[in-house]
Amino acid sequence: MAHSYTPGLTVTEQAVIRRRRMLSLPGSVLVTTGATVRANQAVARAELPGKVYPMNLANQLGVAPDEINEYLIKKAGDPVQKDEILAENKPLMKWFKTEILSPITGAVESVSTITGQVLLREPPRVLELLGYVDGRIVEVIPQQGVVVETNCSLVQGIFGIGGETWGEIVIAVTSPDEALSPRHLTADMQGKVVVGGSFISSDALARAKEVGVAGVVIGGIHDKDLRALLGYDLGVAITGTEQVGFTLILTEGFGTIPMADKTFRLLSAHAGQPASISGATQIRAGVIRPEIIIPHRAGSVTGTSATLPERGGIQIGDQVRIIRDPLFGKIGEVANLPSELQKIPTESEVRVLEVRFADSSTAMIPRANIELIEGS
Amino acid sequence: MASQEPAKTVHPLNVIVATDCGSTTTKAILIEKVGDEYRQTYRGEAPTTVEAPFEDVTRGVLNAIAEIEEHSGRKILDGDKILTPNRALQGDPKTGVDIYISTSSAGGGLQMMVTGVVQNMTGESAQRCALGAGAIVIDVLASNDGRLPHEKIERIRTMRPDMILMSGGTDGGAVTHVVEMAEYISAAEPRPRFGATYKLPLIYAGNKDAQPQVKNILGEKTALVLTDNIRPVLERENLTPARDKIHDLFLEHVMQQAPGYKKLIEMAGAPIMPTPAAVGLIMEMIAKREHLNLIGVDIGGATTDVFSVFDGRFNRTVSANLGMSYSISNVLAEAGLANIMRWVPFTIDEQSLRNRIKNKMVRPTTIPQTLDELQIEHAIAREALRLALIHHKSLATALKGVQQERTISDVFEQQQSGKTLIDMLTLDLIVGSGGILSHAPRRMQSMLMMVDAYEPLGVTRLSVDSIFMMPHLGVLATINEKAATEVFVRDCMVYLGTCVAPIGQGKDGERCADYAITFPDGREAKGHLSFGDLRLVPLASGQKASITVQPAKQVNLGAGAGVALTREVEGGVVGLLLDGRGRPLQLPTDHAARAALLTRWYQAVELYPTA
Repeated sequence: MAHSYTPGLTVTEQAVIRRRRMLSLPGSVLVTTGATVRANQAVARAELPGKVYPMNLANQLGVAPDEINEYLIKKAGDPVQKDEILAENKPLMKWFKTEILSPITGAVESVSTITGQVLLREPPRVLELLGYVDGRIVEVIPQQGVVVETNCSLVQGIFGIGGETWGEIVIAVTSPDEALSPRHLTADMQGKVVVGGSFISSDALARAKEVGVAGVVIGGIHDKDLRALLGYDLGVAITGTEQVGFTLILTEGFGTIPMADKTFRLLSAHAGQPASISGATQIRAGVIRPEIIIPHRAGSVTGTSATLPERGGIQIGDQVRIIRDPLFGKIGEVANLPSELQKIPTESEVRVLEVRFADSSTAMIPRANIELIEGS
Repeated sequence: MASQEPAKTVHPLNVIVATDCGSTTTKAILIEKVGDEYRQTYRGEAPTTVEAPFEDVTRGVLNAIAEIEEHSGRKILDGDKILTPNRALQGDPKTGVDIYISTSSAGGGLQMMVTGVVQNMTGESAQRCALGAGAIVIDVLASNDGRLPHEKIERIRTMRPDMILMSGGTDGGAVTHVVEMAEYISAAEPRPRFGATYKLPLIYAGNKDAQPQVKNILGEKTALVLTDNIRPVLERENLTPARDKIHDLFLEHVMQQAPGYKKLIEMAGAPIMPTPAAVGLIMEMIAKREHLNLIGVDIGGATTDVFSVFDGRFNRTVSANLGMSYSISNVLAEAGLANIMRWVPFTIDEQSLRNRIKNKMVRPTTIPQTLDELQIEHAIAREALRLALIHHKSLATALKGVQQERTISDVFEQQQSGKTLIDMLTLDLIVGSGGILSHAPRRMQSMLMMVDAYEPLGVTRLSVDSIFMMPHLGVLATINEKAATEVFVRDCMVYLGTCVAPIGQGKDGERCADYAITFPDGREAKGHLSFGDLRLVPLASGQKASITVQPAKQVNLGAGAGVALTREVEGGVVGLLLDGRGRPLQLPTDHAARAALLTRWYQAVELYPTA
């Protein structure tokens, strides 16, 4: 390939990031360029058209569709209250009278003389779009949304579930290889972003829900526990809308895997500070990773538009994580980058690199099976 | 593609550059006329650049072509432009190409919602039409689909298709239901996936009598196109006009919204085709030219496409969530752990396997490094292939709802209308494509994955696409069928060999069939095939042999139980596979017995290296 792509997850103390906040349908933007916003502040608003209720009045009245207008009390465009009469027939004897009542409060949207169908629509629902991160508006897209910029520390996870939320960072374990157990989760962690170590068990997940934490950041989880938490087997890694009581972010993967030292150290250094987190993951083209954004304190927001440094090729000395068995989860640094293809035990001929671990041992790993730990 | 403009070239096509813009990678190939025949000569690839930060598909195209330039020494690009035509006549044969063509499935491909009146009649016809045009069908709405009206409206509203295809009713029949569906769509005010400002393209291909009402209801709200009914009478499907309209609208509307596609359309000398439509076209062309019944499969990271041509009838399905990387976890969810484990010849605990599969899902670009990991991936591939074929069989059917003439003898053999068209006994060729099949370390692994998943019956030839160039050849076929066919036969297809599989079951070691093979050099080989045997007979590519098989009394090879069959079989890079494992293929339920049997089979055909 002309440009070899090495996937990587960013863990950095200093980044200027931008988040595009877009309404799902046109509405109005509530802030102006240059304004400072808070994570929980509405930045745009839209009106979602109400639900539609079709009713076949011709059938209910027992008349032909093209006669329906003669029986309507409410015409197209008229407002209507729940249980108000929409249409009625005109029998010779009033005992045979049929009245059709509206099942909703809203308006009559349309009347069809072909099908005899009347469409009722509920009033619109207001949708508010929040800022998500503390920062500054750098762009307003009229009727659609804004771009928020923030100067922050950033940690990208590999996989998450649950949507955007906020909370103070609290470190629940003493080291990155310690598993998060129910005893670590105390009542004062309600509404906070709890950082664990290598693993969270099913009973600890239950405890997190009971406490009411805003989020959990952890090295790994067993697939079966995720399945139990969700209530189904996740087939494709497109997440962000799950409602399990909190947002869960895995930094390493599935299984018991110590959180990378760098990640644990960074999060520990920001204990007590507010963070914006999102579990939304989309592992497709246009990948979205879960993230932990720790905005730097007020006054430190820069006026520059600098973003993350562009990713270069992999180099000797880079810190990497092995992301496939048999050494899954191990972290080391690149010791050698041989250019020639090498035959691996499967008999495939692939490009490899040599990784040196903390104990000075080394291993040859296919380049496809490592991930850069990025960020300064 | 009847309604599209012809290729914009007048000069002879001697040098062709073609790309396929996939969702992750853009693959380019160079095709050159060498002597009297066309050959694929160089290839290049680069990441697709539809998404941010590039948001211009042509960047990836130019990068992939630049790689061809590096390898071939041919100058193709002049900045952001492709040099056409080739400068051979000016004495500079290494500069320029005669045409650039492309397919695309980037940005998730063409996503459509279809509607019908009766779910398994016009609903299915509309689905077949959209699938045949290369779309992913995200939902099929029908008057009788069991959903309440407000649920249908809510569904239309929340899905954001690229296009809607409406069908329903036979010409001259009742209009009420199809008009009702138009009213639901109108109420939902559907919005397209890309581009906030443009109207959603909607094709109406239902009862022609309802056209005025549909125009009245949807003409303002959508970019409405009216075309011929896809089911003018119950007994006949007429998919081509609507399929052509889908291709036109794909180019005119959908592609215009995707980043960089306006430029791409200008660069290309022929209409851009959706990738699966191009693959379908080449498969259909080959099947017709060779008078074959074939099944083609493209197993990708996210989806698995299955194509079939039986008795000249083409069908395509896409199993949107069966794949080997992004969707690997969904294969586990749909097939179940036991079905995957039945192909693994060793013990692994469930938790570890589940975690491994999820780790592949979140890191889809990783490759198996150990033999165990490779065998697990091959086990999963067998299940993905099997499930995708089941899905295909359910949709590649004769028309449902058609009255059948019955005689008194049929009373005892009630067959439902809408029987699947897929008949494994009359299947001539299986064509496999996609990374796990095209790049398996041993070709035998590709062959056995397909044999285990599809369980071909009788005599069936198998092949794989060497480097996934079927999309390129499909679009090439629209402008130069000769070039497409030549490259397909010589460079695209890698024939693996032929599988001979008797139908029937017996105890392990019991006689299944006797066979006699006459090789091209006149040499003869005779032998007994027992139940439980899997035997590989060398027969090289391009070689043909004659095989006579005398099956045991209750065993059938297509000519009837116990009836001998003589057939000419073709070789390949693997050879002739004699499969006495029985059909349907049944594996022992006991884990140790199954592992031992799998090991025996795998060793018999040298499937994996031995430690």
